[in-house]
Amino acid sequence: MTASKKTGKQTIIFENPPVISAAASIVGPKEGAGPLGETFDKVITDEYYGEQTWEKAEKRLLEETMQMALDKSGMSTGEIDYMLAGDLLNQIISANYAAREMGIPYLGLYGACSTMYEGMILGSVLIDGGFAENVLVGTASHYSTAERQYRSPVEQGIQKPLTSQRTVTGAGVVLLSAQGAGPRITSATVGKVIDLGQGDPMNMGAIMAPAAADTIENHFLDTGRNADFYDVIITGDLGVYGKKLTNKLLKQKGLDITEKYTDCGILIYHPDQDPHAGGSGCACSAVVTCGHIIRRLNNKRINKVLGVGTGALLSPASVSQGETVPGIGHAVVIEKPWGE
Amino acid sequence: MKDWNGVIMVEVKDSQPDEIKIKNYDNLVNKQKPGPSVAKNVFWAFITGGCICLVGQIFLNLYSSGGLPLEEAAAASSATLVFISALLTGVGYYDRITKLGGAGGIVPITGFANAMVAPAMEYRTEGMVMGVGAKLFSIAGPVLIYGIITAWLAGLIYYLLI
Repeated sequence: MTASKKTGKQTIIFENPPVISAAASIVGPKEGAGPLGETFDKVITDEYYGEQTWEKAEKRLLEETMQMALDKSGMSTGEIDYMLAGDLLNQIISANYAAREMGIPYLGLYGACSTMYEGMILGSVLIDGGFAENVLVGTASHYSTAERQYRSPVEQGIQKPLTSQRTVTGAGVVLLSAQGAGPRITSATVGKVIDLGQGDPMNMGAIMAPAAADTIENHFLDTGRNADFYDVIITGDLGVYGKKLTNKLLKQKGLDITEKYTDCGILIYHPDQDPHAGGSGCACSAVVTCGHIIRRLNNKRINKVLGVGTGALLSPASVSQGETVPGIGHAVVIEKPWGE
Repeated sequence: MKDWNGVIMVEVKDSQPDEIKIKNYDNLVNKQKPGPSVAKNVFWAFITGGCICLVGQIFLNLYSSGGLPLEEAAAASSATLVFISALLTGVGYYDRITKLGGAGGIVPITGFANAMVAPAMEYRTEGMVMGVGAKLFSIAGPVLIYGIITAWLAGLIYYLLI
């Protein structure tokens, strides 16, 4: 028997779609200078953000963005039932320490760069299930903390291949509510972990593309929709080459989304900024969704968005041990207006 | 296959076995991947490496003309290059040199200095002992280990054959 709010194998249709009652984003200087610079709420000028370490800066980014979302909605922390957050660092420290300051019942998440979308799905489930009225969902990443954990010291001279991506510095937060006005999360497709044998941390687009394609395909299968239903289909951080691969993989299955399809990692930087294949990191899909996408929905430029948060489930230890790197993609449908 | 109620379940079979899917995908990825522009990289590696050597030579000549014997002048110019590289790493420029120059910036002694100073800066926040002390050789360590082993082997061959 299928659960009443589920359709097909992987998709949830929300009965009372949760409202994104507020969204906030803060980004680093390079992201602020990019083409989407104006869509973010705040651009920090110092990578350390006045803190002693990059890790502390990342935590502060998340905490301030959470507070900013609360301020926008006029709510206090006491009115929030749950905080769902995660980041890229070991033991998700940025989210844990931000939760320590917020003092809201907290569930920590790890979905690599797909964390924002994982959080939006779970937050919506909590609200539509009647377990919460308001849920704060957020994530952060920082170029320097990710570089040192996953790759090499920031100041070390290396020549990266063109397929490599730059971790976005920033934080994005949405406040999901049972009541209110704003774009709504109407359905979601939970992704499977997909591994097509790729393992190059300098080509994460190739790692994640099969997962993104699989989730998009299953979303269409489960809902009976196709690309025509949406104004925009946007993936999290596949970059230039990952996007091409996703298009190819979907075309092999007879699906063509090229007309509607774009990627947060491509949008966030200008090619002149030398981001190689594009942006990545938890904040990539988070800040583009919280800034650009939600703004466009609110300005009535678009009505229906299929967002697919993508993550490369990468661990330096398992890569050194010769393991391949699996990917995941979670899809969320955001609509405005809905049911009016 | 039957489930516990005895209802025959349809097994969905993927048309391709996993190995073929993985191989096909790998081909697709490799086709999509932009190759490194070899000519450009070789050119800049030559220029960058050459410039570093030129700077070294200038110091060597300077120290020699100042009266140092050749061997000591060579050591002094190496030390000077290491100092310049460490300084450039500290102010955040050496990674830019290597980004352009590739191996031209990594192979000379300046690249080695960069590989020591970068982790030292990075792990300063974790303390002087377990941060800087433990992580200082995280990149340079393997170079030292295998450099010493190779030197030892070369010495052994030299000793046995000549």
